[in-house]
Amino acid sequence: MTFGLIKPLQITDYTLTSALGAGRETHWQRLRNGRSGLTPCEFFQIGDLDTWVGQVASLDDITLNERWAVYDCRNNRLAQLALEQDGFTEAVRDATGRYGATRVSLFMGTSTSGIHQTEQAYLGIDPESEPLPQWYHYSTTHNTYAVADFVRRYLGLEGLSVTVSTACSSSAKVFASAYRAIQSGLCDAAVVGGVDTLCLTTLYGFNALQLVAAEKCRPFDVDRNGISIGEAGGFALLQPEKGQTGHALLGYGESSDAYHMSSPHPQGAGARAAMAAALARAGLEPRDIDYINLHGTGTPANDMAESRAVVSLFGGQTPCSSTKGWTGHTLGAAGIVEVALGLLCIEHGFMPCTLNSEILDPTVDADVLLEHRYQRLRTVLTNSFGFGGSNCSLVLGCSA
Amino acid sequence: MIKVYISAVGLAAPGLEGWAKGCRVLTGERPYLSQPLDRYKPRLLPANERRRATEVVRLAFRACEDALDNSNLDPGSLAGVFASSGGDYPIIDQICRALRQPQRAVSPTQFHNSVHNAAAGYWSIATGSRAPSISLAGYDGSFSAGLLEAATQVMLEGLPALLAVYDIPPPPPLLAERSILDPFAVTLILDAAPDDACLAALTLYSGTESEDESQMGEIALEAVRLGNPAARSLPLLRAIARCETRQLHFSTPNGGMLAVDLMPC
Repeated sequence: MTFGLIKPLQITDYTLTSALGAGRETHWQRLRNGRSGLTPCEFFQIGDLDTWVGQVASLDDITLNERWAVYDCRNNRLAQLALEQDGFTEAVRDATGRYGATRVSLFMGTSTSGIHQTEQAYLGIDPESEPLPQWYHYSTTHNTYAVADFVRRYLGLEGLSVTVSTACSSSAKVFASAYRAIQSGLCDAAVVGGVDTLCLTTLYGFNALQLVAAEKCRPFDVDRNGISIGEAGGFALLQPEKGQTGHALLGYGESSDAYHMSSPHPQGAGARAAMAAALARAGLEPRDIDYINLHGTGTPANDMAESRAVVSLFGGQTPCSSTKGWTGHTLGAAGIVEVALGLLCIEHGFMPCTLNSEILDPTVDADVLLEHRYQRLRTVLTNSFGFGGSNCSLVLGCSA
Repeated sequence: MIKVYISAVGLAAPGLEGWAKGCRVLTGERPYLSQPLDRYKPRLLPANERRRATEVVRLAFRACEDALDNSNLDPGSLAGVFASSGGDYPIIDQICRALRQPQRAVSPTQFHNSVHNAAAGYWSIATGSRAPSISLAGYDGSFSAGLLEAATQVMLEGLPALLAVYDIPPPPPLLAERSILDPFAVTLILDAAPDDACLAALTLYSGTESEDESQMGEIALEAVRLGNPAARSLPLLRAIARCETRQLHFSTPNGGMLAVDLMPC
């Protein structure tokens, strides 16, 4: 399959909130200082999981405005916290003023939405004989669309709103959907984002698959043994017109593995197809990419497959690293988080190390950075791959 | 304004088992008689994957395989657009029950089946297709959200698209929180140009909020339409079955209205 050149889409504003803190500046400081956000898992008084998590502080203390009471859950609280950083809500207000609220669409990525509400509801009843508790609202918290419904109401958007839920590629694929919506005339501008929060389902589910590391994740390290699960929220405003940031989405590539529900294709064939499609849409050659932010989850199979895919397309020369050692794997939010980190890297001329990783796996041929590097970056490619073999790569750069 | 062509339809619902039979019911040639669907064995799935496929995946496959039977297109050439309001409710229920137990032993197979894109993942394995695939949710507007995504893909990506929209009823106690009456799955194969099998041309544009959603005349079929988000597609399917030229309206997830002009090929 070959895909043609696209017109760059401007990323005029963006923000992110993760275990590293709220907003872009704190993320930049902690990236630079090499300070991880991972901590031993104390989420929901879990005592039987030997793992580290990227938990956002103070979510338990956030309250939603009374008018949003039925939306109250960990996932929507994180959505609100993230929306209130870096002047993002104000920037969206300017856009709705300019284009009209019906002409601004919303594409949200999540994998588990507010499932923790349902987990807690079931803990409090006997599901064989009792109804779910009065305080529980499925549609506005747990349903996959709930996070998009909350965000569109919070921002006053009246254009098409939809949730993309393709596991860990969700909030990368929102950029592709938003591009198509703007280009086909469905809307003039779009808010894209991703929010996923800690829950028992993912912590115990990944544990059951034996994919969770007992210590901080160490992507591409010779002794890597799994992921650290994190939570995060992030947003970007996409418009055809140039903004102050000068950032743009230059290309996107999507593919399927057609291999296995929870293991990647061993040679990374699907991952390679996604990266190649993103380059084609950007009109770039592999040598034009200055830095790759890898999916790099820290499982033996994922990292090996991704390294093979990168080397088969780029050779072993392109510097790349994984930032999961800072944030953990934020699942459905990983795409938007790594777009935001990629844009920070472009702004600061910076390529982060692969935090927590000390000895590179000798069978990994990609040029995985173990030390920070400072260098002007024109283009960054970021990878997001998910269960079900859902792959998405994005090329970020200057809109010049 | 986006124009696409429907080259095939697949259908799976009680009383509407397959597009051929569904057509006869929707034209009024046969009465609508609801009876539970039998357990479907997806024929394209390898045996080991078929064993793991859950009820909602089997339902989606039933409609997708029905559409492929009515199509000349190579399944490997189709972009996949999957839309479901709630995904796999029985798995969510079973995982939440497992988390009540002292060991919190979540089944690894159930966990990987719990992702909203499970049907899309199985479909790509079954067809060997590395084509792009997306999985969406838009609550009661999931059908229109899926149709818009599929149409923009056809328009911009140069690939025909397989749109699959499906939902199943949740088990209790979730059922009291999300009322879905019966399983329903519809698959449309969309292309940028009409082929020999072309059924209808669709022109999509923004409707105004003052318009009402298109309904089914018959009381029983109107109850089906309202009983499952995927069944919001029924007025479109009826117009295709009857070879009608119609303007139709479908609610979008954000409370807006999608207008569709339908013309037989």
